Amino acid sequence: MSHISSKRLFYTIFVSLIILTGLTVFVARQDFGAMNTPVALAIAGLKATLVILYFMGVRYNTPLTKVVAASGFVWLIILFGMTMGDYLTRSWLGFPGR
Amino acid sequence: MENPNAPHEHHPALQHHFHSMAQQLEASVLGMWVFLVTEVMFFGGLFMAYILYRSLYPDAWLAGSQELDEFLGGLNTVVLICSSLTMALAVRAAQVGSRKGQIVNLILTIVFGTVFLVVKYFEYAKKFEHHLVPGAHFDPARDPAQQLYFSLYFMMTGVHALHMVVGIGLMLVMLHMAWKGRFSAEYFAPVEISGLYWHFVDIVWIFLFPLLYLIGKHH
Amino acid sequence: MNHDIKAGSYLDAPHGIASWLLTKDHKRIALLYLISITVFFIIGGIFAAGIRTELMTPEGDLFTADMYNKVFTLHGVVMIFFFLIPSIPATLGNFLVPIMCGAKDLAFPRINLLSWYLYVAGASLTIGAVALGGVDTGWTFYTPYSSMASNTNVTLAALGVFIAGFSSILTGFNFIVTIHRMRAPGLTWFRMPLFLWAHYATSLVMILGTPVVAITILLVGAERALGFAIFDPRVGGDPVLFQHLFWFYSHPAVYIMILPAMGVISELVAAVSRKQIFGYSFVAYSSLAIAIIGFLVWGHHMFVSSQSIYAGLVFSIITMIVAVPSAVKTFNWTATMYKGSITWDSPTYWVLGFMGLFLIGGLTGLFLGTMGLDVHLHDTYFVVAHFHYIMVGGGVMGFLGGVHFWWPKMTGRIYPETAGKIAAVLVFVGFNLTFFPQFVVGYLGMPRRYHAYPEEFQILNVLSTGGAAVLGAGYLLILAYLVASFFKPRNAPANPWGATGLEWDIPSPPTTFNFEHDPVVTEDAYDYVGRARKAREN
Repeated sequence: MSHISSKRLFYTIFVSLIILTGLTVFVARQDFGAMNTPVALAIAGLKATLVILYFMGVRYNTPLTKVVAASGFVWLIILFGMTMGDYLTRSWLGFPGR
Repeated sequence: MENPNAPHEHHPALQHHFHSMAQQLEASVLGMWVFLVTEVMFFGGLFMAYILYRSLYPDAWLAGSQELDEFLGGLNTVVLICSSLTMALAVRAAQVGSRKGQIVNLILTIVFGTVFLVVKYFEYAKKFEHHLVPGAHFDPARDPAQQLYFSLYFMMTGVHALHMVVGIGLMLVMLHMAWKGRFSAEYFAPVEISGLYWHFVDIVWIFLFPLLYLIGKHH
Repeated sequence: MNHDIKAGSYLDAPHGIASWLLTKDHKRIALLYLISITVFFIIGGIFAAGIRTELMTPEGDLFTADMYNKVFTLHGVVMIFFFLIPSIPATLGNFLVPIMCGAKDLAFPRINLLSWYLYVAGASLTIGAVALGGVDTGWTFYTPYSSMASNTNVTLAALGVFIAGFSSILTGFNFIVTIHRMRAPGLTWFRMPLFLWAHYATSLVMILGTPVVAITILLVGAERALGFAIFDPRVGGDPVLFQHLFWFYSHPAVYIMILPAMGVISELVAAVSRKQIFGYSFVAYSSLAIAIIGFLVWGHHMFVSSQSIYAGLVFSIITMIVAVPSAVKTFNWTATMYKGSITWDSPTYWVLGFMGLFLIGGLTGLFLGTMGLDVHLHDTYFVVAHFHYIMVGGGVMGFLGGVHFWWPKMTGRIYPETAGKIAAVLVFVGFNLTFFPQFVVGYLGMPRRYHAYPEEFQILNVLSTGGAAVLGAGYLLILAYLVASFFKPRNAPANPWGATGLEWDIPSPPTTFNFEHDPVVTEDAYDYVGRARKAREN
């Protein structure tokens, strides 16, 4: 709980985040077709993970904190997944309105 | 400052219903994480609307995104990452008992947060000029579905900016406490949990930047 | 001696209105909540009386159609957001969670007080909307009705619900941290009273679901106040997205109402049977299972919207699955009573009433979760009857059972036992008479939310209104003898029911910091058999 990270670690994370920001701007100019958004989200997810693990110190925290931190994202997947599960299957039946 | 030999039970910041400073800190940190989960779900509703409408109206999303200033969005991303660094350093300064380190880093965090809001203000002003604010004054020449994009743009960045304002308020309180020398190796929970909140607001922006500003830049 | 203990009770010191309004004591906040939710129960009850009076005759004679819309909307909004959701957690939960944990208070006492103020602020705004002319969207605030069509005070009422939502989030957040971090030495997870398990599960729903409805309400507010377009079909927005976001919270919200009641019943059923609860760990885990699976079923409210039938199929199947943990609880309570030494005190009556009504409510939920059958039953009185069996038959019976069980502990006063039994019977009979006919009339095709109906439904509606009068009399009787108990001496013993649990080891009413010495837990919950053995040996 009272883990103290070194300043050096914080600077390393900071530089990584800046580089990843540059990278996300760079890849936005490349066309990966259907993979454009997944690539952008993967970089954003990596940046968020670095902030959560090191700046927020989850890496050095109790397992409970890890579970709590993860639970919000799991519940987001439930919300997104089941709602989009409705919209994406609406056309399967092949006639309008159903 | 505190007498380092005093037993934990007698620390002036220990509330009556906790047994020890360690228990109090653990409760505060867990509490902030639970609160951040509610924040994730709060923003989650907005992201849900974003996912649905972007999948229904991809062209409106591309056209809407062209209107955002990529440079200002990127600048604000860098500014927030800087503020997260100074925030982490402020917490560390509290843990090692450096009053000067706390004060300098908290002031820097406040400055970066304010820069972010000022940039945001200029971005918003431009949207008003260009009739991109949804509602009666929305540019009638545009595809109406772009109103969905700009409604979500304003709701997502607006709610985020509101969180920044709250965060800056928290930082001012922390600065006041740090100035008075309240924090020490035994007692740094307030600055630690305020830091968690600040980093969370940063993370939201890390997702907003590519999802709002960077789509369709390859065209 | 006895007098000295009472003088240190949390009710006496410190004195004065300010000491109550600024209190950080979880027990005083529980009483503040108890008083406020009672006020809103009465307000919601008056609207219900209006509805039932109107429906005595087939013609719409008492209210205009518009007025009737407002009456049933306010009945729903007040009862759900300002009575049922805070009912057990904010009163009994606030009072008992720290004590059952062996703690002096909740983890964040100031936030607990803030939660009550947010509740009062939110409730006042909604009452303000009533004073300004009411709201007519139904409690669900469906778009585009709430965002474009309705000309009533939707923004104000929705803002009230938004603010009250944060009071609920803060309660759940406090419980989770308290249960994780404040338990007494020896109080392992599987020694915890099931009341704590139920409140833990409830808190999960509160913190994971409530924020979603909060942002949804904010989006409707932005549409109305700022002219934004989120659910607006004129620019391609989808009103059904509102339903998804709304039910993502509001279906689990049903479990916010019923899970704490299940926790209460678990305590009561062990106490009145003088037995360890049957299958403790199954009952404990089933609370978590209900909370988690309950997040996966919301689409069963949307079978007749434009929702895809494939999504409907999945939601329907998971709805059948969520019935399993509820059934586990019901079977285990029944098995607990089997061969128990059942005492016929007033809590016993509430336990039996709860089990009967919850059973009917739960089983009729399966009818509605069946996709094909729901097309026939959707928006009929069958739905109205079903959710009243769960939320009133389950939730309110559990709440009243808990209030009767812990009243001596909370106030130090005794209410007349006979009156308690009569009230329980009146409520049970009145409730069934009110809502069972609604299953029939709904199955026959009477839609909800209309002030007039065909003549052939009158007999069943008159029965229902008659039942509502009996039900109302039961509630008034309870209110009367509980208020009257305040004028009697404070002479409740520490443990009037001979129950186990940390709360029964301390004086009635407890002292401000609950425990004189920090307790250490050495036995499982509900160790009635062990206690009886010890008593014999001594």
